[in-house]
Amino acid sequence: MAREPLLTFTDRGIFCPAGGFHIDPWRPVDRAVITHGHSDHARPGHGAYLATQAALPVMRHRLGEIAAEGLGWGEERRIGDVAVSLHPAGHVPGSAQVRVERGGEVWVVSGDYKVEPDGLSEPFEPVRAHAFVSECTFGLPIFRWRPQAEVMAEIAAWWRANAAAGRVSLIGAYGLGKAQRILAALPGLGPVFTHGAVEAPTAILRAQGYRLPATALARAGGVPAGALVIAPPSALAGPWAARLPAPGAEGVAQGFASGWMALRGIRRRRGVTRGFVLSDHADWPGLNAAIAATGAPRVFVTHGYTAPFSRWLTDQGLDAAVVPTAFSAEGGDPEGAE
Amino acid sequence: MKDFAALFAALDATTRTSDKVAALADYFRAAPPADRVWCAGLLSGRRPKRAAGAAELRAWAAEAAGLPDWLMEESHSVAGDLAETIALVLPPPSARQDRPLADWMAMLSALPGRPPAERRAAVLAAWDALDGAERLLFNKLVTGGFRMGVSRGLMTRALAQAAGRAETEIAHRLMGDWDPAAATWDDLTAGEPGGAGAGSRPYPFALASALEGGAEALGDPAGWRAEWKWDGIRAQIVVRPGAFAIWSRGEELMTDRFPELAVLARALPPGTVIDGEVLAWDAAAGTPMPFAVLQRRIGRKTVPRRVLAEAPVRVLAYDLLEDKGRDLRGQPFDARRAGLVALLSALPAGVPVAPSPLLDFDGWEALAARRAQARGRGAEGLVLKDAAAPYPAGRRRGPWWKWKIDPHTVDAVMLYAQAGHGRRANLYTDYTFGVADGEGGFVPFAKAYSGLTDAEFGEITRWVRANTLERFGPVRRVPPVLVFELAFEGIQESPRHKAGVALRFPRMLRWRRDKPAAEIDTLEGLRRLLDVPVGAAPRTPRGI
Repeated sequence: MAREPLLTFTDRGIFCPAGGFHIDPWRPVDRAVITHGHSDHARPGHGAYLATQAALPVMRHRLGEIAAEGLGWGEERRIGDVAVSLHPAGHVPGSAQVRVERGGEVWVVSGDYKVEPDGLSEPFEPVRAHAFVSECTFGLPIFRWRPQAEVMAEIAAWWRANAAAGRVSLIGAYGLGKAQRILAALPGLGPVFTHGAVEAPTAILRAQGYRLPATALARAGGVPAGALVIAPPSALAGPWAARLPAPGAEGVAQGFASGWMALRGIRRRRGVTRGFVLSDHADWPGLNAAIAATGAPRVFVTHGYTAPFSRWLTDQGLDAAVVPTAFSAEGGDPEGAE
Repeated sequence: MKDFAALFAALDATTRTSDKVAALADYFRAAPPADRVWCAGLLSGRRPKRAAGAAELRAWAAEAAGLPDWLMEESHSVAGDLAETIALVLPPPSARQDRPLADWMAMLSALPGRPPAERRAAVLAAWDALDGAERLLFNKLVTGGFRMGVSRGLMTRALAQAAGRAETEIAHRLMGDWDPAAATWDDLTAGEPGGAGAGSRPYPFALASALEGGAEALGDPAGWRAEWKWDGIRAQIVVRPGAFAIWSRGEELMTDRFPELAVLARALPPGTVIDGEVLAWDAAAGTPMPFAVLQRRIGRKTVPRRVLAEAPVRVLAYDLLEDKGRDLRGQPFDARRAGLVALLSALPAGVPVAPSPLLDFDGWEALAARRAQARGRGAEGLVLKDAAAPYPAGRRRGPWWKWKIDPHTVDAVMLYAQAGHGRRANLYTDYTFGVADGEGGFVPFAKAYSGLTDAEFGEITRWVRANTLERFGPVRRVPPVLVFELAFEGIQESPRHKAGVALRFPRMLRWRRDKPAAEIDTLEGLRRLLDVPVGAAPRTPRGI
């Protein structure tokens, strides 16, 4: 009789029957393996958490008192009948892919990932597998990123031009990962301030030893002309942004860093005057390269343009299928988080 | 092309009018003259013939990018714009070139009519020479879908600034059928426009602003003139020595579409320009026929005898812009009107042009009562004009107001949804609506895609995604649950439509969250609006 598959897909998320644990479950479970600290992956209410050592401090900050254990990169942990290890996903600092092995059969769950090294997150590591569960947030060929250095140069030029005009530069970027990535990659053109939702994870990551330049919490009327402010996208529209400039500054120029900025329609709809195409997810070539590198004949796709991406992989000769998730019933909701 | 792409990016990166005008003016100062002329031409709607169809471009791009057709389709539905989709899926260029805009336009202008293999090779070579933003522009120029998010008015202002000329003068010079490939920068910006020397060039059309609320805000009625707002084709009739032209508001030459107006070339003295409305005319009733009758003629390059007999056209003249070669636009309305009446009353009987009648009215209340009769007269409402004002250039608030009658309304249920384009890419904004068929089902009768807020479109998009019953390409069938109040200007029998009726200008007035689909209007009720006889007192416009 065929054994139960190594991983199954349930209404709580991905489940490993032989190990009795879930991976990034979206409803409370006894035992959860967590890929990274973003709120759609690290949910509150689980009995026990297992994540990378690097991801734990932010998770503790966000989830409060949790029973959590940390693993080193590649360190193997026996759970029930399986061996579990965590490998860099390159998405944000501390983010992991989950490798599950039983008797030589290997399944890997990607979590969120990107393949281009960003200079801050532990670079993506391809892991050989028999089955690969891959995200595909940007799983269409219209998404093709330019090298990070080019995008950062664009942001730096924008900052410089704003500074020359006596303006404050305010850039919207997700508080955990993208914000620090920008902070680490930009040249020091002036003082950098942060919104509270960016400052907290920045301070935590800095304390963990990630190399991040100095920042200060942005306060109303306290940001001088020429400074850069990094804030979560949700803060761009509100009164908080308008009150930032110190006396003498000529107002605020706003920008937004996101993979969705690749699409002009979305950029215009969000009223973003300056969009920078910068994503913490793999683009189309990245997804295809990562999947090929696993050598896995079976691929399950989740989070994103799952239907077309799965069809594309099937056309390429893979055994591909769609995994439903609670967070995106259907691919490509550009209004949602990246 | 690099500087043109930079202009596009600058226009895209701001919503401030002053920034847009400044960016354009900079371009008009710095770009090579031939490129400036092309820019002015493109931004005033002058495009070369399509060098390739959308299907061809999509196929060439799919091949170049190594993608199957269905994945191109899927990508297109997400990006919402074919030109952008193609620009995004192609691999980076391997042979970058920075050629002037005019060069590319010359290349594109030469392509129509060439064999497919030749056009394909030219387009593939261009893609391989251009980077992302340039490619997007190039594709838009190829498909004829070029828009830049600036109005012709702003472009005109920027051009006037860069050339150091008056805006009204530049606006006039940009009218008519000049060709950006042949025109020079001097043609657009120097010398004297207008008058007898200007061939068939029309003047910029005056446009009325919508009057919200009542007319009382306009002050003393004695200073205002009122006319019916006819529902036909706004046109300028230009008669100059050796030239006769009928221009639409969109500056399309329509001279040949209306052979019965050819007589005006001889009947009107050279040096005459009339602003008026072309209407299909019911001579027996003395009223215009519905717009749909005229519309059937517009699509034709030549008009068969039968149509000429069934739907002859007539011009109701609003204004006299040029008389004996003299530009009258600076004179007050009353003076121009007197000239118009004098000119037209001297014409022999049977010439199909007459002044659009001025309505006598004794106070605003009396005028409101006349307005309520508009539908019966075959008009859309009233236009009010300041008796002392010069002929306005473009849409300037103040001298001309349109005071339209309230539209018909109907409560209908959404049956299908489709994603929009451009700013609405990936948002479900285009809906097909049904009314109740009286047997428990719904029959589709109208499409509409405007009238809701971005927030409402966002909410409906999430609902459509979660409630799709069936997909037909980009179209999704949804359960008949969401009810909307639609407004429309007119309704006609139409054997081509499933419901047997066609609406004029349907749009959403509001989302009726309070109303269940069981309580919407019926097809029978909708059809009753067809029975409103011409000349009858109008029905109450709310509900049916």
